[in-house]
Amino acid sequence: MKSVMCRLAFAAIIALTAQAASAQTLKTVKERGTLICGVSQGLPGFSNPDDKGNWTGLDVDLCRAIAAAIFNDAKKVKFTPLSAKDRFTALQSGEIDVLSRNSTWTSSRDSSLGLNFAAVSYYDGQGFMVRKSLKLNSALELTGASVCTQTGTTTELNLADFFRAHKMKYEVIAFATADETVKAYDGGRCDVFTSDVSQLYAEKLKLTNANDHAILPEVISKEPLGPVVRHGDDQWFDIVKWTHYAMINAEELGVSTKTLDEALKSAKPDVKRLVGTEGNYGEQLGLTKDWVVRIIKQVGNYGETFDRNVGPGSRLGIARGLNNLWNNGGIQYAPPIR
Amino acid sequence: MTVEPLGRATRSRYAAVYDPKLRSIFYQSILLAILAWLAFEFALNAKANLQAQNIATGFGFFDNTAGFGVNQSLIAYQESDSYGRVFLVGLLNTLLVSALGIALATVIGFLVGIGRLSGNWLIARLAGGYVELIRNLPLLFQILFWYLAVLGALPPPRAAMSVFDEIFLSNRGIVVPRPLFAEGAGVVLAVLAAGIAATIALCFWARRRQEKTGRQFPVGRTAAGLILGLPLIALAATGFPIGFESPQLRGFNFVGGITMIPEFVALLIALSTYTAAFIAEIVRAGILAVPRGQSEAAYSLGLKPGRSMRLVVIPQAMRVIIPPLTSQFLNLTKNSSLAVGIGYPDLFAVFAGTTLNQTGQAIEILAITMAVYLFISLVTSLLMNWYNARLQLAER
Repeated sequence: MKSVMCRLAFAAIIALTAQAASAQTLKTVKERGTLICGVSQGLPGFSNPDDKGNWTGLDVDLCRAIAAAIFNDAKKVKFTPLSAKDRFTALQSGEIDVLSRNSTWTSSRDSSLGLNFAAVSYYDGQGFMVRKSLKLNSALELTGASVCTQTGTTTELNLADFFRAHKMKYEVIAFATADETVKAYDGGRCDVFTSDVSQLYAEKLKLTNANDHAILPEVISKEPLGPVVRHGDDQWFDIVKWTHYAMINAEELGVSTKTLDEALKSAKPDVKRLVGTEGNYGEQLGLTKDWVVRIIKQVGNYGETFDRNVGPGSRLGIARGLNNLWNNGGIQYAPPIR
Repeated sequence: MTVEPLGRATRSRYAAVYDPKLRSIFYQSILLAILAWLAFEFALNAKANLQAQNIATGFGFFDNTAGFGVNQSLIAYQESDSYGRVFLVGLLNTLLVSALGIALATVIGFLVGIGRLSGNWLIARLAGGYVELIRNLPLLFQILFWYLAVLGALPPPRAAMSVFDEIFLSNRGIVVPRPLFAEGAGVVLAVLAAGIAATIALCFWARRRQEKTGRQFPVGRTAAGLILGLPLIALAATGFPIGFESPQLRGFNFVGGITMIPEFVALLIALSTYTAAFIAEIVRAGILAVPRGQSEAAYSLGLKPGRSMRLVVIPQAMRVIIPPLTSQFLNLTKNSSLAVGIGYPDLFAVFAGTTLNQTGQAIEILAITMAVYLFISLVTSLLMNWYNARLQLAER
């Protein structure tokens, strides 16, 4: 009889808690005191632990910015490394609050997975890396090649599309993690390693002889990468989206870690709205008036994080290109804060 | 008259409460009802949550286009095929590596198990060393060892090692010539099949005749004639319609022939050698379980060691060997899902991995995958139990 009572109680707890865990991500995060952010298992420039074990990268900085906006402490983030295959399931199940892991925004992921892409933090495209010794000039010369890729990615699908469209034969070897894929390519299992171009630059650093490898000129797909949240919590969706937009707007208005003090004294209306000296735009999001100040002070604007993680200030040295501001030749564009 | 039945009724009602049988049925049906309610509640809750989060549900995804490539398929497969086809491709790849793995592991396991009991010091020590080394290392480690350290260390295709320029070994796998069947090949294959069937029938007949009359029949020589000789005659008669397509290096890889990808080879070797170490111990235990008197009796009847082992000891040992052997077969099949570590496209990798990721339908896909592994395991158990029962019947 006692065991029956135990089972009843257990069932009641299960049924009740499962129903309570719906929206309210901001409240949950605040109560927990940390943001749980899903990142990659180590992709230099985007999310990668440095030699001291601190996570660094463009994707990581976005999580830190969200934490800064909520807690005024960019350190209150717990990073959960996820493989490409497991990332969406981890978000669906509520294991993480936000997924910031170089994930491509596609219609099916946005609709049928029960997820929402909040913004595009990096405009990327898929490319091919080969050994220089093969003396290839174009991806169209890849007929019959063995290609290493990571499973559960849009890369895998674009690869199939590309070879199908050009009626070329190929052999695909799909691995579960990025590290296994790179290792197999490095070991000679494949002639080609394919991924988002930014990732090719990053993984190239891990190869035995980085200089023996070249990236082919073709970019075969659109890969808008961005943070992802669960469907059904609009407030949380807005916070993630506007954290990214705040960083873009800050760069556009010239507000950076260095110029923040001047910006706080600025008389320009759009700068005043950004830093919260006018209006209550942060409070409308469920945050505080000085939310952007917190982000800029602790993380920096979009240009600063780009520079330090993937741009000229980093080992990757990727040019801004598409990721430049719209008024600077790129397509990064944020709606205004007002 | 009126009081007595009433009294009996109260007594029986009173007794029903304390009747242990009734009480246990009562409690167990309550427990069952609660479990059923729990399962129902879980299903309902999952459905409601999936709907609330706008996650696709149902099995409609089976007809959708998969869109990704798979590097080993026993059936025709291309990227524009459906997820249903991917499921079949993955399932067949799992069955292939499991079936071959079970066959190889059984052969190696029996050889090593018998070898460990051999009177030859060197063979016994080698077999013992094999068992202790292999079964004490993690399986995933062994798979990676074969994949990265052994097969990965082979030269690239352009410098492939070759056997008579027909079989090539490289880090892209093992390529062997593909048989080409021209007109008339069907006759040869039919003759071959008939030869095999006749040999099996002959074995049964010869055994029965020996049991009845004690006379032996030269099965080995006749079988060789039936299986090799007859098809050769047919081959000559039809004008040699079977040719071979030799693999040739063209561009990046070998074209033509049959390629065994390194992922498959590594997984097969690792699974069969690993499981063989356990089977060897089971076989050794089974043989040791047969009383020594049995082989001594066989020797005293004049049977040579090989024959007494095959005719007297092994048949009795099988009764001890079969049940734990079944578990090893099941383990091998389930362990084949470690393929995901080296990119072999088995059911777990392409269906519970890639398909799950792309459709996001974790509950349906994991349930199907679970059901499939369960089904394969139950069928294996069923077959082994049937075989076991047959052996047990022979006991006198």
